[in-house]
This record gives sequence, structure tokens and C-alpha cells, in this order.
Amino acid sequence: MARMKFICDTERCIECNGCVTACKNEHEVPWGVNRRRVVTLNDGVPGERSISVACMHCSDAPCMAVCPVNCFYKTDEGVVLHDKDVCIGCGYCSYACPFGAPQFPSQGTFGVRGKMDKCTFCAGGPEDNGSQAEFEKYGRNRLAEGKLPACAEMCSTKALLAGDGDVVADIFRNRVLKRNKGAEVWGWGTAYGSRSEAREGSKS
Amino acid sequence: MKRLTSLTLICAATLLSACGEKARTVGADAAPYTGPVGAMSTFAAPGWKAGDKTTWEQSMKVRAQYGQNDHAR
Repeated sequence: MARMKFICDTERCIECNGCVTACKNEHEVPWGVNRRRVVTLNDGVPGERSISVACMHCSDAPCMAVCPVNCFYKTDEGVVLHDKDVCIGCGYCSYACPFGAPQFPSQGTFGVRGKMDKCTFCAGGPEDNGSQAEFEKYGRNRLAEGKLPACAEMCSTKALLAGDGDVVADIFRNRVLKRNKGAEVWGWGTAYGSRSEAREGSKS
Repeated sequence: MKRLTSLTLICAATLLSACGEKARTVGADAAPYTGPVGAMSTFAAPGWKAGDKTTWEQSMKVRAQYGQNDHAR
């Protein structure tokens, strides 16, 4: 099995916030904390795009690198998790994360003494799988129940894909091919422009 | 003397009245709840057994395809 990953298909995301609602409901996330949120680029302008963002469970996670108390760990499936019993709530991970994933709730067991909280890929924490202690600190552990994250399973347009990186990449690749599109839909060329365009730009 | 006899009879009847009561036992009742068998059985995906890695990986792949790949349906 490869690493667990999220992919959000911006051609499909309709900014319904179903993923956000599913996450909050599944884990009973307190007020003011969003483990997942939908970001819209060029809002209101024709061609606007929305993307659902949470912890991306990076393969080389910057939060893990900067944590002074080493509270982060990675599961066999590549899910980046953290131990709230070790976390000191310093916020370094929040500065390091490019996605703004770490949250700092102030209420309940979720945020006791300012501990950090983030998306767990519905994989809970270091406590026993499915235990009450795990639920109170981290929410449900759906992976241990043989299920995928609630946000992706609830996505109405299936814009948000979650699961084994190879599988979700394959699903996305198939979609792009069915749309008669190539690499220009998403990837290096879209983000940085093609080499020929760059050459033309430098001539003029 | 008569009064004493009748008083004794009344007391005896009162005290022994409980002996005539039929024993009441709980009939066919549902077995008491003993909690889920295995930690995750209540919420686990149907057809998957906790602790079996190979089946889990297969189950995740099938779930990802069935739930998310609408071109494969």
C-alpha cells in the first residue's frame, strides 16, 4: 500500500462545504475550529475555482521537522498524526505548515491547555483504536473501521478524493483523460507555465 | 381466651399470607448487553475483520473505487 493522500478536483468542487460539515459532525469539532475548509480563488469572477484544504499528510512534513517536543508521528499508511499529551501548544507547526492546517482550540478535551488540533485523516491518535479517550481528543477513527475519511466519502460531487495515493491518483488521471484534457489541467504547466511560453516571454 | 385465640389466628394469617404467593421469575428476556465484540464491531465496515491487514488494504481499495470513481460504476 502507498501513502494515504487527499486530492481535490477543482473542476468538480462546488464550494458546498459538505466536507467541512461532515468533518465537524464526525469528530464533534468544537466551535471556532475548522480542520478542513473550502478556499475559493477569484471568488465571484467567471472561472472561479474552489479547493477543499486540510492537513495534506505531507511525506516530508514541515510540522514534524519544526516541533520542539517531537509530538508528531507517522503511521504505516503515511498519515501524519500527533500526540496531544506531548504537544505544548507552541504554534511552531502553524508557522511551518503551508496549508494552515494546525488549529488551536480553547474549549473541551480537544484543546485542553491550548493543544494543537488538526485533521487526522480520520485515523484518531495514539490511544486505543475506537476508545472513548481517543474520540474525546482526536475524534473518530474511521480508518480502523475499514472506512475512508468522512469528508471524502460525503463529498457530493466526488471532488475530494481520499485514500491510497496510487488509487486516488489513478481515479483523477482517468477523469482528466475522459475530459479530453492533458497535463495542462493541473500540474507543473498550470502552476509555472510551459517552457515554450517562458522562451516567448523572454524574447518579447 | 377467645380473644387471644382469634388474635393469634389473625397474626398467623397475616404472617403466613406471603407463603401463598407464587414465585415470580423473569421469563424470556433479551440477553443483557455485553458491549461490542471486538473494539470496532459496532462501526466497522461490513465484511471486514479488525486486525487483518491484507483484507483491510483490499477493503480500502474497493471502497475508494466504489465510492469515488464514478467512471468505474
